[in-house]
Amino acid sequence: MLPEIGQFTLILACVLSFLQMVYPLYGVQTGHQGAIRSARILTILQFVAVAFSFAILAYSFLINDFTIGYIATNSNSAMPWYFRLSAVWGAHEGSLLLWVFLLSGWSIAVALMSKRLPIESVARVLAVLGLLSFGFYLFVILTSNPFDRTLPYFPIDGRDLNPLLQDFGLVIHPPMLYMGYVGFSVAFAFAIAALLEGRLDSAWAKWSRPWTMAAWVFLTVGIALGSWWAYYELGWGGWWFWDPVENASFMPWLAGTALIHSLAVSEKRGVFKSWTVLLALSAFSLSLLGTFLVRSGVLVSVHAFASDPTRGLFILGFLVLVIGGSLLLYAIQASKVKSRGRYELASRESMLLINNILLIAALIVVLLGTLLPLVHKEIGLGSISIGEPFFNRMFTILIVPFALFLGVGSLFRWKRQQLNDLKKPLSLILILSVLSTVAFLFIFAPFLTWLAVLGTFLGFWIIVAVVYEIYLRSTHRHAFSKGLMKLGNSHWAMSLGHLGLAVIIIGITMTQNFSIEKDVKLAVGDHITFEHYDFHFDQVDALNGPNYTGTVGIFTVKQDQKQIAVMKAEKRLYTVQRMPMTEAAIDAGITRDLYIAMGEQLPDGAWAVRIYYKPFIRWIWLGPLIMAFGGILMMCDRRYRSKKENADQDTITADKEGTQNA
Amino acid sequence: MLNKRRVLTLLVPFIIFIIGAVLLATPLLKGSDPSKLDSALVGQAVPAFTLQDIYDENKQYDATIFKGQKMLLNVWATWCPTCYAEHTYLNKLAKQGLYIVGMNYKDDRKKAIRWLNDLNDPYQISLFDQNGMLGMDLGVYGAPETFLIDSNGIIQYRHVGDLNEKVWNDKLLSIYEDME
Repeated sequence: MLPEIGQFTLILACVLSFLQMVYPLYGVQTGHQGAIRSARILTILQFVAVAFSFAILAYSFLINDFTIGYIATNSNSAMPWYFRLSAVWGAHEGSLLLWVFLLSGWSIAVALMSKRLPIESVARVLAVLGLLSFGFYLFVILTSNPFDRTLPYFPIDGRDLNPLLQDFGLVIHPPMLYMGYVGFSVAFAFAIAALLEGRLDSAWAKWSRPWTMAAWVFLTVGIALGSWWAYYELGWGGWWFWDPVENASFMPWLAGTALIHSLAVSEKRGVFKSWTVLLALSAFSLSLLGTFLVRSGVLVSVHAFASDPTRGLFILGFLVLVIGGSLLLYAIQASKVKSRGRYELASRESMLLINNILLIAALIVVLLGTLLPLVHKEIGLGSISIGEPFFNRMFTILIVPFALFLGVGSLFRWKRQQLNDLKKPLSLILILSVLSTVAFLFIFAPFLTWLAVLGTFLGFWIIVAVVYEIYLRSTHRHAFSKGLMKLGNSHWAMSLGHLGLAVIIIGITMTQNFSIEKDVKLAVGDHITFEHYDFHFDQVDALNGPNYTGTVGIFTVKQDQKQIAVMKAEKRLYTVQRMPMTEAAIDAGITRDLYIAMGEQLPDGAWAVRIYYKPFIRWIWLGPLIMAFGGILMMCDRRYRSKKENADQDTITADKEGTQNA
Repeated sequence: MLNKRRVLTLLVPFIIFIIGAVLLATPLLKGSDPSKLDSALVGQAVPAFTLQDIYDENKQYDATIFKGQKMLLNVWATWCPTCYAEHTYLNKLAKQGLYIVGMNYKDDRKKAIRWLNDLNDPYQISLFDQNGMLGMDLGVYGAPETFLIDSNGIIQYRHVGDLNEKVWNDKLLSIYEDME
């Protein structure tokens, strides 16, 4: 009975989202106040309906209701409750339900937190979000219903969740990632609403900014979590594979990163407006494309656990409608937008333009690398395969100008910068970053490679530039300590975002250049020594988990005769799916990780063991966290919070620009 | 007033998108199963090649190794996580007595050997296709892929994606058993 109620509320939510799309637009068109006001109420009702539906599915997982086909294929009564709960989004149907649920979550957030926006604008934004929800509801209900029953012959127990996904990382990674994907729908809806209205102004950029930033923060953390999960769960110590599904999440991130920078220019200087709109449309379009690629099975990947061509066609149709429609609208409406601001070649505007160009170049590299194998074949050039080496080479090339300009960019003034004034700061930054690079490599690098020197230098170039810029800005009018306190949240956000990237660059450089990977044969009692570390293989124990059995190898690690860790590397066999899994033992540290993964047992009783030394790998995930923290600071900036004074200001600027655009 | 040239410029993203959408839609509309990328080579012999053995640079193989008995040709690489997931099943098939030729594709020799030592080597012969030459001729789309080849060296089937119990029993087994 309960699943039928869940199904019913899902259909109800679908109907409500249809009304949410139609009614407010009708109201805006005819000036019918009631219809305009209905947008908020319909959004809230839609949220309640889908939340109820989602809760029922989650509850059915918890009580092991195997009469539901989706649960029977993706859960098992022996799984602990938290994995049963996260199994809700462990496969196609449930993850799409999560998708629409989060979309309605963002919608309700817009409905409740946009009290100071003109009510017509909110109505348009919610209507666009309604359209998106409606499309996804139809998709879930028609092609991927999670409530389908297996009656009358239902299994006694479920087939278990893919063991790769039975992990804490999976409990939080997809929701975070989806929050990011779906969150760009808000920026998209704002852009469409502004296009419909024919009013693209600074106020629009200002409203979009915190929402875009929120989505970007979620996506950043989501991607970092995915990378971290791959690192410890796949057992190979890799942190990024350029897998199509990873790329699918990376592309909206690149577009989103370009968007948050471009929005800043549009808000502060009133230029790049039609470009910013295009980015806002792209970021969400790429999220949709990612969903299409993952769910249609067009690309074969480790993530594509379930794929079905009808689903692919449905998403593609929806994609064409939404993206094609919005780009057409863009072509017609954006031509009316006039740029107000003027700026010279040497200016912060130009620097941000370069940032955008490089980010889009990176985006195109990823897009082509992901799609070319498909397209190439279609246009009759035969199949090609693009792997890791292609992406690595391209990104190594792109990061150099990106990091160099990033360091300098924030020193530039808006509108016009005298290049002569930059000579002194630039030489100072150059000297300090070279010195730090030398010192850093002297301490941490066992030997030198060109790429290691380059990468470390780029990282320190950014760090020194950021610190120097903070120093300049805070001593501009005050004493240093007082000026530091006066720096706005937005400024700190920018600095942290850039520092985060520097941390990532250094992490990647160190990990890629100085990792040591040893594949050794060890019997109990053996030991192996490298890099001042001594690994002693103590014993092998049997392992008995709730839904798996296995063995655990126990190692004592000593550094210079002192014991620093006892590491337990597991090898599990998941009993239902008969799938073996490696659970690596990791001793994490700020300057290095030690990583042990158990291989197969060899005929003579010894074990194949992989022992990795990964310097600075934590920095790869620390960086995104710093970036995300910066993003959160920016959202907390006073300008986006205090209601009254800003509301007045908004209407004034909006009026002014409205007349200018007319 | 609409500026015509401006509209045309702004139409560019739309046009690019439509082209992209058409390209993406064709494989879906044409072959109902996207994972069944048809190889032009089904029904034909494996193209001529000379490749080194993965363990031994001095040992060379050519297309004659595909004649004499029916077998599987498995394309894999260490940079491919799906191959890792698939490997256990290949070991199982090898234990059942199937003749499997492995082709290591666009990879690093040292890493590949380590992989085989670590995870067991299910292959009777391991080819090392560093530049993807044979892969190109076979129309390999990515790793992993598996070809069914009969005793005359004729390719009978191509599977894109990982081999597992289900795929093997549902799709490949019957073809394999029917092959000469």
